[in-house]
Order: sequence, then structure tokens, then C-alpha cells
Amino acid sequence: MSIQVLMPALSPTMTEGKLAKWHVKVGDEVKSGQVICEIETDKATMEVEAVDEGTVAKILVEEGTEGVAVNTPICVLAGEGESDADAETPAPAATAEAPKEAPKSEEKAEAAPAAPAIVAPAPEPEWKGGTQHMTVREALREAMAAEMRADESVFLMGEEVAQYQGAYKVSQGLLDEFGAKRVIDTPITEHGFAGLGVGAAFGGLKPIVEFMTFNFAMQAIDQIINSAAKTHYMSGGQMTCPIVFRGPNGAASRVAAQHSQCYASWYAHVPGLRVLAPWSAADAKGLLRAAIRDPNPVIFLENEILYGQSFDVPEDPDFVLPIGKAKIERVGKDVTIVAFSIMVGKALQAAEELASIGIDAEVINLRSLRPFDTETIVQSVKKTNRLVSCEEGWPFAGIGSELSALMMEHAFDWLDAPVKRVAGLDVPLPYAANLEKMALPQSSHIVEAARAVCNR
Amino acid sequence: MAKPATKPKDDPSPAKAKSPATPGDNSVSPDELKAHYRDMLLIRRFEERAGQLYGMGLIGGFCHLYIGQEAVVVGMQANVRDKDAVITSYRDHGHMLACGMDPKGVMAELTGRSGGYSKGKGGSMHMFSREKSFYGGHGIVGAQVPIGTGLAFAHKYNGHKNVSLTYFGDGSANQGQVYEAMNMAALWKLPVVYIIENNRYGMGTSVERASATTELYRHGEAFGIPGERVDGMDVLAVRAAGEKAIEHARSGQGPYILEMQTYRYRGHSMSDPAKYRTKEEVDKFRNERDPIEHIRKRLLDAKIVDEAELKAVDTEIRKIVNDAAEFSQHSPEPDPSELWTDILVEA
Repeated sequence: MSIQVLMPALSPTMTEGKLAKWHVKVGDEVKSGQVICEIETDKATMEVEAVDEGTVAKILVEEGTEGVAVNTPICVLAGEGESDADAETPAPAATAEAPKEAPKSEEKAEAAPAAPAIVAPAPEPEWKGGTQHMTVREALREAMAAEMRADESVFLMGEEVAQYQGAYKVSQGLLDEFGAKRVIDTPITEHGFAGLGVGAAFGGLKPIVEFMTFNFAMQAIDQIINSAAKTHYMSGGQMTCPIVFRGPNGAASRVAAQHSQCYASWYAHVPGLRVLAPWSAADAKGLLRAAIRDPNPVIFLENEILYGQSFDVPEDPDFVLPIGKAKIERVGKDVTIVAFSIMVGKALQAAEELASIGIDAEVINLRSLRPFDTETIVQSVKKTNRLVSCEEGWPFAGIGSELSALMMEHAFDWLDAPVKRVAGLDVPLPYAANLEKMALPQSSHIVEAARAVCNR
Repeated sequence: MAKPATKPKDDPSPAKAKSPATPGDNSVSPDELKAHYRDMLLIRRFEERAGQLYGMGLIGGFCHLYIGQEAVVVGMQANVRDKDAVITSYRDHGHMLACGMDPKGVMAELTGRSGGYSKGKGGSMHMFSREKSFYGGHGIVGAQVPIGTGLAFAHKYNGHKNVSLTYFGDGSANQGQVYEAMNMAALWKLPVVYIIENNRYGMGTSVERASATTELYRHGEAFGIPGERVDGMDVLAVRAAGEKAIEHARSGQGPYILEMQTYRYRGHSMSDPAKYRTKEEVDKFRNERDPIEHIRKRLLDAKIVDEAELKAVDTEIRKIVNDAAEFSQHSPEPDPSELWTDILVEA
């Protein structure tokens, strides 16, 4: 059987080219891999190799021909024991015929199917029994210890997490309880140990990778996004990456621009990640336990200033929070204030001030930035008709921008005023005490914004 | 000491299963040598067909062929045990075939069809098989090195006597994260073998123009990692070096580096005209150093096989590759609903 050799495409965009030179003539025998001709485009000259073996029976396109369309037959190879005459009307070999159209599931141009509706997580159960007053730091440690006791495959790695007991003492005591196999001090190589953690997760373990702060995770962001977040999809669901990347995020106090950035909107942008930002100790404990159990990569954004703050946490040993559920921290009817992490405390403070001037604010603690609990916010806005968003990060393309867009899409008819954003100023965070204070959003800014949307 | 008796070359008696394939080489049986030939030929023919399908517009995007480098992965994989992890860069088709993955599933992924290993969602550079312990297929230069080190970490953590074979190119060998990973592997004595496939060019930049020191096997010296330079065009040399390196890692002595001196015949990717090297250089490797020709000659010279047997192998491989090409063109495109699946694992 004779075989047609087709004009190949050299790149995804090539549609035609020049047949510059033939390296074989009629009657020559060719082998797999042998260069048979050269083709040229405006970008490159490339050699065409034979894939099949045979004798050149016919040259269909002469040397020097310009504008030869991709997939035009350019020569005919005769198989073994075949005469040239047999090749007069070549039957295209199955392997070399013009490309078949992929069998389409629909004839017309396919429209992308709509995104599946986000399934709302089950509501948080009422935690019965007592509560315990503890710091966010203690709550995080208890969450890790509880999950490490429950599951041998959970381990903690990061800079100074073991012998030093944690740069911020979050991992204090864990080395003593779990030993050096499961609480591992790493060298200062964020890119390397984040990637190593991803590999360990691909290999079936459940790493908790601590970044001393999320500022340093920029060194590792390729592994977090390209390797951890995308591989489940790119493998058609075969590979999973159950890993938690955690550490303090955002401004601390007087550590200047390189150590004071909020990465909430960076990570919340990425499909394939879950992004959590706890405020209270109960958030910290319940969400970190959920994050460790979750089979996906989770970004867990803590806050250094909150580490020492104390809150009541349910004593129930099974206490865990659902991922993707915002919490209404204060019920109100006049304006909805949405915040996450440290800004929740500032929003509650603002709500108290607003109450004194007769504005009854509802404060929503987002807790989860991906998935995003749009429903809880929309329900609140349907009641208050006004929305203020709060975040410590920069305003441009921030969480508040997303919130505004979501309200346009889902609550436009209920808004009585434009959404107002309270955010950090659009500058690298300065060191000087006075400048730093000016650059970070305070409760007074939230009060002002709420008054503005309420026209009071 | 008496000279060991060697079989005369013209001895017509059939080769015994365990007798040395070639005089002086006691570790490889004739059957193994035949298997290596077959495995390399499968990769060669598969890649040639992939190049053809690319030319026909059936494969899109980037497509990096392994032609010329076959001896590296075939020689290394001759030493692996079940559950040993394998990970590599985007020049990954050969590794998948050498891991025993189905050529149909690999080719159908190249054409972006539902029958592909990633259901058409990964493409040439992103394929995986948990069953065969193949962990990808990674598109970011060097990213697979910390990940491969993490796979070794998981083996050690779980107390498994398995290793991680982490392949990367001479281009990756200058990435910072490679050295971060090597440091941790040596520090924690992780069972990983780093296989640097030095094919002389990172895309269009020669090793000499990219690396301050070109003895890549010595690049772990700062961490005390032993290294060795190997003729990557000789499957038996690769196999022997691999055996030693893997034993080193498996026995708890930590990482090992093998620098495979190899050559890719084709451009970096399909759209690379490869103007940065001479035709003479490419021809020299093809004509004088080809790993498949080398073994073919060895098989014939040692009279392990005759031309007819080689022809039969060739026919078998052609059928496998033709079937894969057929399958890859007839497997349907992924269902539109696949757009929204596999983003997250539903808990």
C-alpha cells in the first residue's frame, strides 16, 4: 500500500509554507527518520523526516513551490514489493490521511457550559458544651496537634518550627509531642521546601507547610500555583495535593514594605486552591482542622497581631468549621460591613461607634475567600441595602473589588448606594510610625465609609 | 589468573537466557538486551509518529520529542521496583512509555482527547499515572526537582524501601530550586536519584553558554552528593550506572547524581529550527552514536537475533504505534462538562 506524505505544520499557527528543497528523488528508498525535504516559512526553515519506510514513487509538489497549504500531499511512498504504477492512485494510509475532524459532541461551535452552582456548605452546628478562652496562637497549635494525633500522615515543616518552637511560637511543644520525624526544621529555602511539600502530598502525605510569613511565600508561589493548585485538573483528576500552606499574612507592626503585604486577593484569584483567613481563635482552630482534613491545597492566612488575642473556643473535641461559610458576627439592619482576618475586629469596633450615632451595622466575617460565600452577603444586602468592604491589602483588584462586582451581578436591585471599599492605601507600607498608621485602614475609616453609604 | 573462557563470536549455538549478551558483560542477558532494543524502538517510533501528527495539526501547543535520548530512560527504568516514583520535565513521552503506560492513552492525550491519560486536559507536558508511579510531566523548568525530592521524602517517611527517580535537563540544572532540593535531600538522606539528561542545549543555549561549570555531575558536590558522568547513548552504560546509584539511594545513603551525556536529534520543540547547532553535529550523533543502532548492531554481532527477528520487532512496534495513532484520532474530544470537573477534590 502506498503512503501519501503531507505538508506538515511546523507550529500551531502555520497554515502554508514553501517547499524549499527535496533531498530525495523518485526511486530512492527512504527510512524512518530520514530527511526527505526542507520547508520554509517566514519564521524558519525545517527539515521534514519520513515517518514511514518505502520507495519514493512520486513527487507531487516541485521544489521551490510557494504557498503549499498544510496537509497537501507532497509525495507518495510505495511500500515493499509495490511498483510505481501501483502508486498512481494512492490510497491514503490510515496514519497519513488528512486530519479527521475530532468527533464533536455538538455540531455547532460549542459554548462553554455554565459553571456549576456552588453547593453551600452545611450550616455550622451549634456547639454545645463549654467554651475555653484561648489565644489564636494556642488555637492554631491545638488544631495542628489534634489533627496530627488523628492522622499519622500529617506533618509540619517550615523554618524554625521545631527546635526554636516556632518563630511566633505557634508550633510550641509540637516537637516534644510528635518528634523530629513529624515536626521538621527546614533550611531557609521557601521555593525548595514548598515544592518538596507538594511532592510529599503527591506521594500520599498531608504536609502542613509553615511560611514564617506569607511575604516569603512569593519565593514559592510557582510551586503553590503551578504545581499544587493546577495538577489535579491537569491530571484529569488522578493526582491530588492535600497540603496546607500557612503563616502570618499582612502587616505586622513597623516591619516595612517587604514584610507587610496582604496576599488575600493573589491566592483567592486561583482556581484549584482553597483560601481561608481566620479572625478569632475559634475560626483559627475550626478552620485549620478543616484545612488539614481537606483533600485540596489550602492557603491559610493568619495574622501576627491576632496571635496574642484571646477568644472563646468551643471545648467540644470534634469542633471543626465548614470551609466556605461566612459568619455574621453582629446582626444589624442599616449597613453590611464585610471583613476578614484582623479587619473583622476593626469592623466590630466601628459597628459599636456607629451604634452610638444610630446606625445599626451588620458585620460579616468572611472566613473563607475561596470558595466565597456570596449568598450570605447577598442575603444581608437585601436587608441593609448598603455595603462596605474592608481589607488591609491594596484596593486595586482586591477582595473589595471582587465583592463590588459580585454585588453588581447578584444584588444590584437591592443596593441603595454604591459599594464602598475600605482598604490599605495604594503605597508600599512605610516604616515610620505615623506614615504606617495612615497607610493602614482603621476603624475610623470604616465608620466614615458606613456613614457615607448611609448618607449620615 | 586464567583468562575467562569467552564464547567465540561465530558460535552458532543459540544464546542461553542467562548467558552474557556480549563478552565481558556479565549483567545483561540476551533477553534483556532484546527488551531494551524493543523499548527504545517503541519510543523512537512513537515520537516520530507524534511529530507527524503534530505536522498534521492533530497535536497542538508545545510538543517536545525525546528522539535520540531513548537509552537514558530505558537504561534507568531497567533498575526500578514496583512503586519507585518517576518524575520528569515536559520532554516526557519516553518516560511514560518506559514506565509501562499505554501508548494509546499517551497519544490520545497529545491529541487532546477524552481517552488521554489526563482526559485531554493536560496535553503533552502534563500526564500522570498513579498506577505506574509516574508523577508527571511538569511544564515549569526545574519544578519537578523539589517535587521528586518530596516523593522521596514520602517514601522515607512511610518507611518504604522505594526511591524517586527525578529526571531533569541541562537547562534545569541552573535553576535555584534544584539546589534547594539537593541540599534538603542530602541533609535528610532522602532516597532520590537525580538524573540530569544533558542533551547539550537548553532550548537554543548550549551548556557552555549557560553553566559556569559544565561538569554537571559535580553540581551536587557542595552538598556532598556523589555524581557520575555516564554515556547516555549507551543503554548498558546507563543501566549499570543506574543500578549503582539506585542501590545507593535505596540503602539509605541519600541522593546520587547521574549526568547522562545524550543528544536530542530534533529541535527543542516542534517549532524550533535548531539553527544554534550544525547539521554536521546532528548527523555525527545520528550516524555514529545512535543508541538504537548501537544495540541493534550488538544484537546482530553477538548473534542473539537475526535480521528476521529484528524485522518482527519492528513490525510489532509499528502496529502498537499505528494503533495508538488511530486511537488518538478516534477517541472523542472531552465532554464539555469536563471543563468544570477536577478543579477540586470534593471532600
